Amino acid sequence: MAMRAAISRRTGATPASFGARWASSWWGHVDPAPKDPILGVTEAFLADPSPNKVNVGVGAYRDDDGKPVVLDCVRQAEARIAGNLNMEYLPMGGSNHMVEEALKLACGENSEFIKDKRIAAVQALSGTGACRLFADFQKRYQPESEIYIPVPTWANHHNIWRDAHVPQKTYHYYHPESRGLDFSAMMDDIKNAPKGSFFLLHACAHNPTGEKGHFPFFDMAYQGFASGDPERDAKAIRIFLQDGHLLGISQSFAKNMGLYGQRVGCLSVLCDNEKQAVAVKSRLQQIARPMYSNPPVHGSLLVSIILSDPDLKKLWLKEVKGMADRIIGMRIALQKNLEKVGSPLSWEHITKQIGMFCYSGLTPEQVDRLTSKFHIYMTRNGRISMAGVTTKNVEYLANAIHEVTKSS
Amino acid sequence: MGHGVESFGDNSVAASRRLSTLARHLEASSMAESENVGLRRSLTSGFDGDSVFAHVVKAPEDPILGVTIAYNKDPSPVKLNLGVGAYRTEEGKPLVLNVVRRAEQLLINDRQAKLSVLVSRVKEYLPIVGLAEFNKLSAKLMFGEDSPAIRKNRVTTVQCLSGTGSLRVGGEFLARHYHQKTIYIPQPTWGNHPKVFTLAGLSVKTYRYYDPATRGLNFKGLLEDLDSAPSGAIVLLHACAHNPTGVDPTPEQWEKIRQLMRSRKLMPFFDSAYQGFASGSLDVDAQAVRMFVADGGECLVAQSYAKNMGLYGERVGALSIVCNAADVASRVESQLKLVIRPMYSNPPIHGASIVATILRDKNMFNEWTVELKAMADRIITMRQKLFDALRARGTPGDWSHIIKQIGMFTFTGLNKEQVAFMTKEYHIYMTSDGRISMAGLSSKTVPHLADAIHAAVTRLS
Repeated sequence: MAMRAAISRRTGATPASFGARWASSWWGHVDPAPKDPILGVTEAFLADPSPNKVNVGVGAYRDDDGKPVVLDCVRQAEARIAGNLNMEYLPMGGSNHMVEEALKLACGENSEFIKDKRIAAVQALSGTGACRLFADFQKRYQPESEIYIPVPTWANHHNIWRDAHVPQKTYHYYHPESRGLDFSAMMDDIKNAPKGSFFLLHACAHNPTGEKGHFPFFDMAYQGFASGDPERDAKAIRIFLQDGHLLGISQSFAKNMGLYGQRVGCLSVLCDNEKQAVAVKSRLQQIARPMYSNPPVHGSLLVSIILSDPDLKKLWLKEVKGMADRIIGMRIALQKNLEKVGSPLSWEHITKQIGMFCYSGLTPEQVDRLTSKFHIYMTRNGRISMAGVTTKNVEYLANAIHEVTKSS
Repeated sequence: MGHGVESFGDNSVAASRRLSTLARHLEASSMAESENVGLRRSLTSGFDGDSVFAHVVKAPEDPILGVTIAYNKDPSPVKLNLGVGAYRTEEGKPLVLNVVRRAEQLLINDRQAKLSVLVSRVKEYLPIVGLAEFNKLSAKLMFGEDSPAIRKNRVTTVQCLSGTGSLRVGGEFLARHYHQKTIYIPQPTWGNHPKVFTLAGLSVKTYRYYDPATRGLNFKGLLEDLDSAPSGAIVLLHACAHNPTGVDPTPEQWEKIRQLMRSRKLMPFFDSAYQGFASGSLDVDAQAVRMFVADGGECLVAQSYAKNMGLYGERVGALSIVCNAADVASRVESQLKLVIRPMYSNPPIHGASIVATILRDKNMFNEWTVELKAMADRIITMRQKLFDALRARGTPGDWSHIIKQIGMFTFTGLNKEQVAFMTKEYHIYMTSDGRISMAGLSSKTVPHLADAIHAAVTRLS
């Protein structure tokens, strides 16, 4: 008793919590992390009380009323599964049914590679999860390799390959002056990269050659969403496959099926033969197991049902075209309004670019003025999410952009 | 991510323009190559057309999941799957809790309603740290409604992918920000634990836990090993219902463990996968965790709803880090986001929405506790029945550990040969370490298992 009291006096601990009171936390040295550049925008938008506020930050689709949308095909699929199935663990590689359907969508209904069972494929946590699984796999089985990431790209790509400890380099992609593709610089970078480099490619984008023996990894997050036609949006991948490239694909159903929060995606790697595909798949599963054991079931059921039911698939195709068309319409409207309001600058790139985003060319300072003066929220690299543009706010947006750019 | 750069693919004219540009480039740079521009194999790997992954060898089957695969292949009508830890009813069927069905129906009705615009009910992205309400409710469930640590905002809770995901995110955080990169895990432990922590960047060591002689806790060995661990080392503790042994410390033993750990400044990392499922009481099963939090010290807790809400495949869980002060907790949370974002950006919404729906509603919460207790009670009943059946057969040995152990699993003490014998002769599927999932048993199948054990023990000792 006396010994305990003596110790207590020394450590400052009470007898009941012997040795438990710390003078300082183990985490006292932990610095606050910088806010995520993309997701931080929505947080700021939500906190803004202005009635005129516009969110053209994060890439989630909105209808013309600025409301989030649950596709009808998804509602129907959900009604079908409610109450019917159990919630047992999926295998580590996820739902085989979903993966089969995802592969058909990416590679073509009658793809010889699917028939020959040459594709190692696993369900992944949307596009991010697919990229991360691949990055970890690349590190483990090609430890000396580097990843070439286009400039610019989705900010998280850098984080993913960094956390996988894969050294990264960049290659030219975007031409700021023309606000288009810098094709010749891109070709130079590809030719000059050491043989066997890994290249991250955006699927709905141009197609560099592969004669240098590089590994093409496609990030396809917008199939169907870009042009309105999933077959067209997979063209680059199909061409590479026809050319005989052994490539990898990250597929996401976040945008094209509006399943954002369900985290449904697929990672696939085309191999030499079936045996190799089995081996590669087993190793991908081995990476998933100590990360999350097995992927979430709900979203994968929705994707499986929609893609395998002819009526639902037809409905989906119609709905995804509807979303793409609305965005293309908003591109046209934004450009027209900027011209109408008398902007001296060229805004051609708004309609030349494709997909959910527009790289406006606005500087960070101009973006800050858009936010502080006009309550318009976007990422500071000037990236506008066209999905956030509506017939109701496009004029306001055009005016505001004109105001902050007219002096340049 | 299709960030709007020119694709040339808007129409077929542009497409053929693109392709001819491509062709020109190909011709210009490959003069020496064959004229045949048809299906030409590209040197993607640079190694004579072989894949860059040609050297990858197939991974061995996961030992636990491999059991189910073997079971599925067996045509015997008396086969029994006592492998993977998923609850089964008396009829041997998986179970979706009634309260879970109701919660899911409510969610779907909300989503179906065209008028619904509440973000939380649509499938939009969750924040990186997950569903806020789910996080708050999970912390309360784990630490208690009136936890001072919560009231003082000293706890950061982030939604993760079930227990595995919570352990991995916690491990990654520790590897980046904690001064001691060694974690001690009990011997034995869940097969996935060493891999999770190794890949998170920690170095894994073990401490003695199970005593084969008594089929109970090797308490002396445990204390010795923790006492000789380097100061500050991380220690993985199973909050209740130790997997695979079912052997838990008593409250008195927990108190001694706590004192030792605090005096040696060891960092507790709790894996709580069975809260409510072990004893039938959510509060009782949280005792060990709450004991550590009550002394004011810091700890990590990985929570899973896979078993206690039957949400297995939905991957619902939470990681809590209990810190010394509120501002520390907030900084820690910001760093957890940096771990999560490059892993999967944000967690899946469905399962967490179900949990939040249940935990926030008093009636649904109570309904859940009743169904949870029923599952726990059925397992306790199976333990008693198996024990009685072995006694009735006069099976040699002391089988009291079956009723002393707790939770979903029993470490039978059977060896590899005996297990293989039981699989071959009696079509009993279990992991080779002698672990059986009690949840896979029913009153009808207990006699068959008892026969198998009896045969194995008497014929092969």
